[in-house]
Amino acid sequence: MIFFRRTLLAGVLALVAAPGFAADVTMLNVSYDPTRELFSEANKVFAAQWKAKTGNTLRVRASHGGSGKQARSVIDGLAADVVTLALAYDIDEIADNKLLRADWQQQLPDNAAPFYSTIVFLVRKNNPKSVQDWNDLVRADVKVITPNPKTSGGARWNYLAAWAYALKQPGGTDATAKDFVRALFKNVPVLDGGARASTITFVQRNIGDVLLAWESEAFLAQNELGKDKFDIVIPSLSILAEPPVAIVDSVVDKRGTRAVAEAYLKFLYTPEGQALGAKHYYRPRLAEVADKVADKFPKLTLVTIDAQFGGWRNAQKTHFSDGGTFDEIIK
Amino acid sequence: MMPPTEPRWVRYTLITVAMLFLTGLVVLPLLLVFAEALRQGLSAYFTALTDPDAWAAIKLTLLTAAVAVPLNLIFGVSAAWAITKFDFKGKSLLITLIDLPFSVSPVIGGLIFVLLFGLQGWFGPWLRANDIQILFTPIAIILATIFVTFPFVARELLPLMQEQGRQEEEAARVLGASGWQIFRRVTLPNIRWGLLYGVLLCNARAMGEFGAVSVVSGHIRGETNTMPLHVEIMYNEYAFTGAFAVASLLALLALVTLVAKSLLDAVLERREQRVP
Repeated sequence: MIFFRRTLLAGVLALVAAPGFAADVTMLNVSYDPTRELFSEANKVFAAQWKAKTGNTLRVRASHGGSGKQARSVIDGLAADVVTLALAYDIDEIADNKLLRADWQQQLPDNAAPFYSTIVFLVRKNNPKSVQDWNDLVRADVKVITPNPKTSGGARWNYLAAWAYALKQPGGTDATAKDFVRALFKNVPVLDGGARASTITFVQRNIGDVLLAWESEAFLAQNELGKDKFDIVIPSLSILAEPPVAIVDSVVDKRGTRAVAEAYLKFLYTPEGQALGAKHYYRPRLAEVADKVADKFPKLTLVTIDAQFGGWRNAQKTHFSDGGTFDEIIK
Repeated sequence: MMPPTEPRWVRYTLITVAMLFLTGLVVLPLLLVFAEALRQGLSAYFTALTDPDAWAAIKLTLLTAAVAVPLNLIFGVSAAWAITKFDFKGKSLLITLIDLPFSVSPVIGGLIFVLLFGLQGWFGPWLRANDIQILFTPIAIILATIFVTFPFVARELLPLMQEQGRQEEEAARVLGASGWQIFRRVTLPNIRWGLLYGVLLCNARAMGEFGAVSVVSGHIRGETNTMPLHVEIMYNEYAFTGAFAVASLLALLALVTLVAKSLLDAVLERREQRVP
C-alpha cells in the first residue's frame, strides 16, 4: 500500500514536473490587436532558432487585445515576460506601477520600436466617395470608422494624425485643429474598442466609407478579403507610429527568463526579424531590409509624436485623459 | 380547459406574431451559424475543431462547467434547504444576496475578482509574496463562472420547497428518521425535477458565459480562452469558418440542454396528470 502510494506520488510529480525537466521554456508575449499574424509567425521562427542555439524547446504564448486594456492586464498581474504594445504611453503606465524599469525605452535601439508604421485610409473599391486626404473626412457625406481612443492605441494615433494635419494647414492653430477633429468624429457612426474590431466593422459589416487604420492592418484586410473590394489611400501627411517593445523586469526576474526574453526582442531587430515584419506590412528599420521592400511602402510626410506633441505623456494628458480634448470633442 | 372566448383573428394574429418573432430572432441566426460553419465543407469544419487552440478552449469550457456546476448544486441545495426549513436572522438578506449575480452585470462580476486578486488588488501583494497566481489563470475563470451561475439552482428550488412546506419532513422526524435519511428519502424525491432543471440552466450559462470570464481571462492562447472567448478571437482574425465551427458546437451544447429540458417537462407533465 505504501509502495503503491509512493509510486502514485512519484507518477503525479513526474507528470507535473515533466515539462520543466525536459528544459522546456515558455514565455508570454502580451501584445496589441493587429500583431496576431506577425507574432504567430515570428514566434515559430524564433523558437526554432532558440532550439538550435540552446537545445531548449521554447513555446512563446500569446495574448492579444486593445493596447490600453492589455497594459491594464499586465498591471493587474498578467505575467507577461515581454510586452509589445501600440504606443509608448501604455508601457510607461506599466513602468509607473514599478513592474519594469523607467528607462525601458533606452534599452533597445530606435526608441525600443523594432518596426514603425503609419496611419492610412482604407476605402471601398474605386473610392466611390473620392476620399483623397484628411479634409475629405469632415465632409457631410462621408462616414468614418475608427476605434475609441480611450481604449485603443491605434485610435490615438488616428486622432493625433488628424490633429497634426489640421495644425499644418494655413492658419492652423490648436483651436482650428480641435474643430477639425470634432467635425471628423461627428462622422464616426461606431466607436469600437480595438483596431481589429473596427476593421471587422468596416470590412465585414460594411459600415462606413473610410477606415482609419494602421498601414499593416489596411494591407492585411485587403489581402484577407480580396484586393477587388478595397483600396488604400495614402494621405498627404500622417504620423510616425512607433509600436514599442519592452521586457517586464519583475516577471522575467521571478521566472528566470531574462535571457530568452532579451534574445526574443533582439531577434526582431535582426535581418530575419525585420524581413518578417516587412512581410506583415510593418516598415523595417534596417536599411538592407528596407531597401528590398521599398516599393511596398509608399513615401509620405510623417510627423513625430515628440516634435508635434511633446512626447506621449504630454499627448496623453492633453488629449486622452479624463477631461482632455477628446472628452470635450465627443460631448 | 374552457374554450377561448377571443375571436379567431386575435388568436391567429398572436400566434403569427410570436412565430415570426422567434423565426427571425432565434431560428434564422441559429441556422446561419451552422451554415457559416459548414460553408467550406465538413473537412474544414473538423480541422477547425481539432485545432490545438480550439481544442484547448473546448477542454477549458468543459472543465469549468464540471467544477462550477457540482459546486453550485451543493450550494444551491444547502441554501434552499436552510432558507425553507429553518428560521434564522438575516434570512431575507441571504435571499437578496443569492439574487445578486442576476442583478449585477457580468462584467462587474469579473472586475470584482480583479479587485480582489489583481496585483493592485486587496490580496495582490500577499498572493505575489507567496508566489500564487489566481487572476488570468483557469482558476479565475472557474471562480468567475461560479459567481455568475450560483443563483440558478437555488432560485429553482426555493419556490418549490417553499410550496411544499415542512410537514412531510416533520412527519419523518416524528417517525424517527435521521437528518440525512429525511433529505434522501423525503426531500430529494420531492425536489429532484426542479433540481435537474436548475442544474441544466446552470450548466448552459457556465458554458456560455462571456463577460465575466473575458475580464479575468488574460486571453492567453491555448490556456485561458473558453469557447465563447475563442469564438471572438477567431472571428477577429478573419478565421470565420473556425469561429462559426466552435460557435456551432456551443449552440449544439445549448440545444442538447434544451432538448433535455423539454424531455424533463414532458415527464413532469405526465407525472402531474397521474396525480389526481
